[in-house]
Amino acid sequence: MADTREIVIVGAGEAGVRAAIGLREGGYDGALTLIGEETHAPYERPPLSKAAIVSETTPELPGIGDARKLSEIDVDFVSGAVATKIDPNQRILHTADGAARRYDQLVLATGARARRLRLPGAELGLRLRTYDDALVIRERFRAGSHVAIIGGGFIGLELAASARALGCEVVVIEAAPRVLQRATPPEISSVIEARHRAEGVDILTGTGVAGFAIESGREVVTLADGRNIAADVIVVGIGAAPEATLAAAAGLEIDNGIAVNARLRTSDPHIRAIGDCASFPHPLFEGRRMRLEAWRNAFDQGAHLARVLLGEDEDFQAVPWFWSDQYDICLQIAGAPDMGARTLKRDLGDDAVLLFHLTEEGRLIGVSGVGPLGKIAKEVRVGEMLIARRAAPDAAALAAPGVKLKGLL
Amino acid sequence: MSETWIDAGDPEDIDADDVARFDHAGKTYALYRTEDDRYFATDGLCTHEKIHLADGLVMGVIIECPKHNGRFDFTTGAAKGAPVCVNLATYPVRIEGGRLRLRIA
Repeated sequence: MADTREIVIVGAGEAGVRAAIGLREGGYDGALTLIGEETHAPYERPPLSKAAIVSETTPELPGIGDARKLSEIDVDFVSGAVATKIDPNQRILHTADGAARRYDQLVLATGARARRLRLPGAELGLRLRTYDDALVIRERFRAGSHVAIIGGGFIGLELAASARALGCEVVVIEAAPRVLQRATPPEISSVIEARHRAEGVDILTGTGVAGFAIESGREVVTLADGRNIAADVIVVGIGAAPEATLAAAAGLEIDNGIAVNARLRTSDPHIRAIGDCASFPHPLFEGRRMRLEAWRNAFDQGAHLARVLLGEDEDFQAVPWFWSDQYDICLQIAGAPDMGARTLKRDLGDDAVLLFHLTEEGRLIGVSGVGPLGKIAKEVRVGEMLIARRAAPDAAALAAPGVKLKGLL
Repeated sequence: MSETWIDAGDPEDIDADDVARFDHAGKTYALYRTEDDRYFATDGLCTHEKIHLADGLVMGVIIECPKHNGRFDFTTGAAKGAPVCVNLATYPVRIEGGRLRLRIA
């Protein structure tokens, strides 16, 4: 794009930083500004619920692209700056410090924010989104302390595993009938739930929360059925909402996040959106609109957008993929398991399961695996490649534990 | 010049076009066997987040980290792009008396 001389990226998380690095690696030599709300250098979020919490000393900031300093590749990184308004007609981005920046292309990589409970005493619940949040939680997770975690999703369960590792007493309170209901099939969530119980975590499913309070110096979670649970610390992990305020105020189309097309373009041709904040139609899944809160998607979309802005004419169609680590087990999911019409199970012993999700026609559309990394990772990765190729692999081969899927490629 | 070649097991224990973990003296290595039965060795942990590469997928001469898909050429140790940017150490390997031997110093 010869006429693109000024690119401004809002959001210095994985997606925004990968876009910036990708632009420079691809030869873009115009002005490039990266605006981050936090005062820290850009960092990776996945360790925040795990390594950062259990770290014996104050955890180091898990920086992105350790060998590349943004300044070395001539990115104007502005930290601690809050974008306040887009003027799409003048193509100007305003920030809270009063600065106004002109752009040819504006990239919104604004991420998602942790949802809040709207209940009495909600302010007592800690949330985890940033490095600073992780420092606060780490400080409160002391050996022997009682931790109440609201929400049995990925953040809640990863924090539960970290809290157990630190010797805390942990209760997880989940409103749905099982943990990880939104993201995983029951065969997967049951393995994870059983492991948490075996580790001594108390999991209350189908249990609503009425509110939090402080009684006699301790925090108390009141459940919907009136029971009280005393705790030294309450953490709320009930999902995230796309950060689309800026986009909505600028009149951009919103559809479960900032709506973009397969080239990651919003309804304004000069504005793109990537990562957790963006919803996009996925060519591999009949154009279904997806919004993914995942490290890999942020990485892939940042890199893809850089190529698109440099003139590559290609739809974004990376296979969705995410993982979670709890204790020494790993969960990996590729594709769109919930779009499967039937499921084939590969039994890998009592601690590991692989599920292959197929369409009516036998096309592989998703793979879910849980267990030790060494038992599942290779097959999930090959499964991801088969999904990308719209393959319809032999059902018997998928279900047979001894068969290496690589042979099906 | 002193050379230490250590016994790294039976070469047939590693499948063709695959990778296996090998631990020695408190350190972990990854041993590779190509489709055409050439053997290679690298450090066992990804330079990005210390994940065992032996749990990852071999494609040709590329080993892919099972966590973040960081890629390395295991014949040279060269990092093949983000998120990995630090090369892997490699170690000479030979087969001697039906055993795989690894030079670690």
